[in-house]
Amino acid sequence: MKMARTIAWSLVGLAVLAFGASWLWTDRRGGGPGDPAFAAAFELTDHSGMIRTQEDFAGRWMLVFFGFANCPDVCPTTLAEVAAVMDGLDEDAGRVQPLFISIDPERDTPTALAAFVPAFGADIVGLTGTPEQIARTADGFHIYYEKVEEAAAPGGYTMGHSSQLFLFGPEAGYVRSWPYGTLAEEILADLKEHLAS
Amino acid sequence: MNRIAMAALAALTAAAGLGPAQAGSEDVVVENAWARATIGTARPGAAYLTLRNAGDATLTLTGVAASAAARAEIHRSVTDEKGVSSMMPAGEIAVGPGTSVALEPGGLHVMLMGLRSPLDEGDGFELTLTFSDGGEVAVPVAVLGIAARGPGG
Ligand SMILES: [Cu+2]
Repeated sequence: MKMARTIAWSLVGLAVLAFGASWLWTDRRGGGPGDPAFAAAFELTDHSGMIRTQEDFAGRWMLVFFGFANCPDVCPTTLAEVAAVMDGLDEDAGRVQPLFISIDPERDTPTALAAFVPAFGADIVGLTGTPEQIARTADGFHIYYEKVEEAAAPGGYTMGHSSQLFLFGPEAGYVRSWPYGTLAEEILADLKEHLAS
Repeated sequence: MNRIAMAALAALTAAAGLGPAQAGSEDVVVENAWARATIGTARPGAAYLTLRNAGDATLTLTGVAASAAARAEIHRSVTDEKGVSSMMPAGEIAVGPGTSVALEPGGLHVMLMGLRSPLDEGDGFELTLTFSDGGEVAVPVAVLGIAARGPGG
């Protein structure tokens, strides 16, 4: 029981730290979703080893989300939801490019992503880069990520990260985002409206 | 208070052993146990299920083991108001009499670390849940596709 209490108190400490960190982070930033100039911008390597920028997907809508391959719960769930959305688009699927951007550049090499992202189908492209490229990308998208120590995880850490799904238009301008946990059916209905407009 | 802090406080309350007398594990009903397929064994997997307490006293889940993994833990994924998701050990899980607790994507999950072999779609493995009365409950888990969204696939 004593150990359980120590663990519980360290969880409280962790919670306070995490709360402080996320608060600091949002307060420092301008731009982002509220800014009319907010647009998708990146130069990263895809899971087949090709250098990609937002210009490669010009003329198509982009569904962009962030995660890491060692993530057993939230990321596969989002990948599965996005795959379900893409399936639901039928012939319109070709107008939308789903992009999974890694925030774990140390473990997520293009090869690692190649063994993970395509398994979900739906032509989702996995993107990664050097730690500097990922930091720059995260800055551009106004998203947050951090390493969290986790002794039992591969490499001794797991990641915390922004988990919303972003929609960018055919000129890469920001359209909207859905919080993690939004049902694929709801996203699909919203997305169809945008595609029809 | 944000959700991470709330989760930690809930874990604290559970760990401090507050609450009514503990029920026996014979009152637990486990439903809809499933796991997502994995690619290889290098990365952790996750399993999900619903715990129902059919008894009339609180039941507390204290530990978990899996035949498919060297190490299994109950984790909780939380997403705060800024949209940042992370996960942490969930501590003990108390299930009130007549109520259910769902382990489902984006919330509580059984984290499977050190997989002994890949979790392939169509396969199955066994989870052993340990309760505060010392009782153990064996749960068969169905491995669904990697893009499964729930126990129905
Ligand atoms: Cu976990």
